[in-house]
Amino acid sequence: MTTVVLFYLFAVVLLGAGLATITAKNPVHAALFLMLAFFSGACLWMLMKAEFLAVALVLIYVGAVMVLFLFVVMMLDVNFEELRKGFWKHVPLAVTVAIIMAVEMGLILHSRAAEVVVGGLPEQAAGYNNAKALGYLIYTQYFLPFQLSAALLLVGMIAAIALTIRKRKNTKYINPAVQIATKREDRVRIVKMAAEARPTVGEVVEEQPKA
Amino acid sequence: MTWTSLNAGAATPEIFLLIAVCAVLLIDLFVSDAKRHVTYLLTLGALAVTACLLVNGLAQPPQLAFSGMFVQDPLAGVAKLAMVLGAALVFIYGRAYAEARGLFRGELFTLSLFSLLGMMVMASAMNFVTLYVGLELQSLAMYALIALNRDNVQSSEASMKYFVLGALASGLLLYGMSMVYGASQSLDVLTIAHNITAGGANRVLSVFGLVFIVVGIGFKLGAVPFHMWMPDVYQGAPTPVAQLIGTSSKVAAFVFILRILAESLQGFAPDWSQMLMLMAVLSLALGNITAIAQSNIKRMFAFSAIAHMGFVLLGIMVGNPYGYGAAFFYSITYLLTSAAGFGLIMLMSRAGFEADRIDDFKGLNQRSPWFAFMMLIVMFSMAGVPVFVGFFAKLAILKAVVSMGLTWLAVYGVLMSLIGGFYYLRVVKVMYFDEAEDTHPIVAGIDARAILSVNCLLLLVLGLMPDRLMYLVTAAITHSIVQM
Repeated sequence: MTTVVLFYLFAVVLLGAGLATITAKNPVHAALFLMLAFFSGACLWMLMKAEFLAVALVLIYVGAVMVLFLFVVMMLDVNFEELRKGFWKHVPLAVTVAIIMAVEMGLILHSRAAEVVVGGLPEQAAGYNNAKALGYLIYTQYFLPFQLSAALLLVGMIAAIALTIRKRKNTKYINPAVQIATKREDRVRIVKMAAEARPTVGEVVEEQPKA
Repeated sequence: MTWTSLNAGAATPEIFLLIAVCAVLLIDLFVSDAKRHVTYLLTLGALAVTACLLVNGLAQPPQLAFSGMFVQDPLAGVAKLAMVLGAALVFIYGRAYAEARGLFRGELFTLSLFSLLGMMVMASAMNFVTLYVGLELQSLAMYALIALNRDNVQSSEASMKYFVLGALASGLLLYGMSMVYGASQSLDVLTIAHNITAGGANRVLSVFGLVFIVVGIGFKLGAVPFHMWMPDVYQGAPTPVAQLIGTSSKVAAFVFILRILAESLQGFAPDWSQMLMLMAVLSLALGNITAIAQSNIKRMFAFSAIAHMGFVLLGIMVGNPYGYGAAFFYSITYLLTSAAGFGLIMLMSRAGFEADRIDDFKGLNQRSPWFAFMMLIVMFSMAGVPVFVGFFAKLAILKAVVSMGLTWLAVYGVLMSLIGGFYYLRVVKVMYFDEAEDTHPIVAGIDARAILSVNCLLLLVLGLMPDRLMYLVTAAITHSIVQM
């Protein structure tokens, strides 16, 4: 019973936070609401006894990704008001469509519907380790998708670099390799020349006529 | 897990391709811009070896690998061969084009190869997780490829549109998959099919999920009403990238649909058949009618692609091996036709000039009678004029539709193709009966010219004897898809 109450509590918070993310006027607030949504999601996982996933979500998304995201939002000088101008204009239509869809979905799933098998979670044996079970599955049954996800991340990296790296022609940039490989000949020039006669003391130096 | 249940040998082409992409990525770092053709040759070499490995795998009986996540069967084998061929044509036709526009960089090759890897995984996936990861690998590389020409506003806009809509479609697909998972308690394609026939799946929930899956699929294929991204992406993307989207990625989407609808959700065929029919009817009408109004040939190709995908959907909708075979034949011949079409656009383009308006083809017959004839073959094949391969592709689909008792639908398809004939023939008219405005000679390497000519003549040869390819394709389908 407590689990059910907690589930609905977290689910409501999750949905509310998700809605607030897209409606908040201030982008920093939106990012913070997104964090709340992630956190509620993590709590839902916790209820399903997936502790490792829940902790990973909080650590990685809330702790690292969203903080980075907040920095970006604060650094970028984007006029978000300008971007969101059309938003409220379309809200009535969007809300109407959303309500119709929600009602339709509710009707379908509620009618003779979904006698989904609601079985409780299986009891785990003593000494069951969530992270260990996950790791075992990833490296056995889900080995292929796991490796492909690695390729996916590599693609993300290549794409980000390909789309953003710019070599400016006017940067004052030093090539360390060239710098280290420099020889004396590149920097010092020894010039052979005949010794010049210097005027000795007592000799009369002709003065330039003053203009 | 033991080594036998891993059975990694079944995925040799994919494993080789992944290693080859990483090698190309590293070698490209140490290659100067002047010697970029080294990367180009390495890429083509990698594709050639992958193709050889695929041919080698065709002879083996179907087998599962990676604990049932991956399957190597004739359907996947033939489809992957077509995709590899499509990607090779992209590089061959696109080389001069990319060089002239500063796109001839390592990323073009590595991202395209990664996209190809994603498509190959999509074709061989036997589990919803693998299907989804393959799809994402293909799409993510594609988003970046479209925006590769980053100083071009049109490209960036196209990429952004594709990205936002693609993310939405992925979300819908995933939602649908989670519903099916909830109903059938499995993510494995064969287990889902088994649970459905055994009556162990909740029908309402499954069909509810099915709607979302079909929406996601419709987006990936570019069928109406989920086609909005197609014209902008075709027009905005660099032409080689548009060619990759219009050729290999369509075949991948076709096999992806078969894996989900025909293999795992076979039990709900009456339900998804209706949805596909609706999308096909709309796609045929909108694609063909809107294409008439286009003056940009890449946009025209986009709308014509929508109409062609309508035909593919008609074939899948039939829901038996004849229909699947006809649709598979259609996808592969469409790959060849569309590759030749994009190849000709790039052949006509040169540095600082993009031959993407229909007017740019004016009087092509005076400038180059040979390539005017090639374009004529491509246009006739797309329009479905007899003796060209496009005719037999359409005929096979219509035969399958009629055999299902839907004669009105076949008549409708023919009528829509007739409307489509107008804009294809207009290009032919412009080439042969108008005065040339542009008198520049065609600059293209001998390799692109030769391969392009072979590609176009193949459309004629396949049209004269379509039975070999038809047999191969039908055999691949019947040996791969298990009828429940």
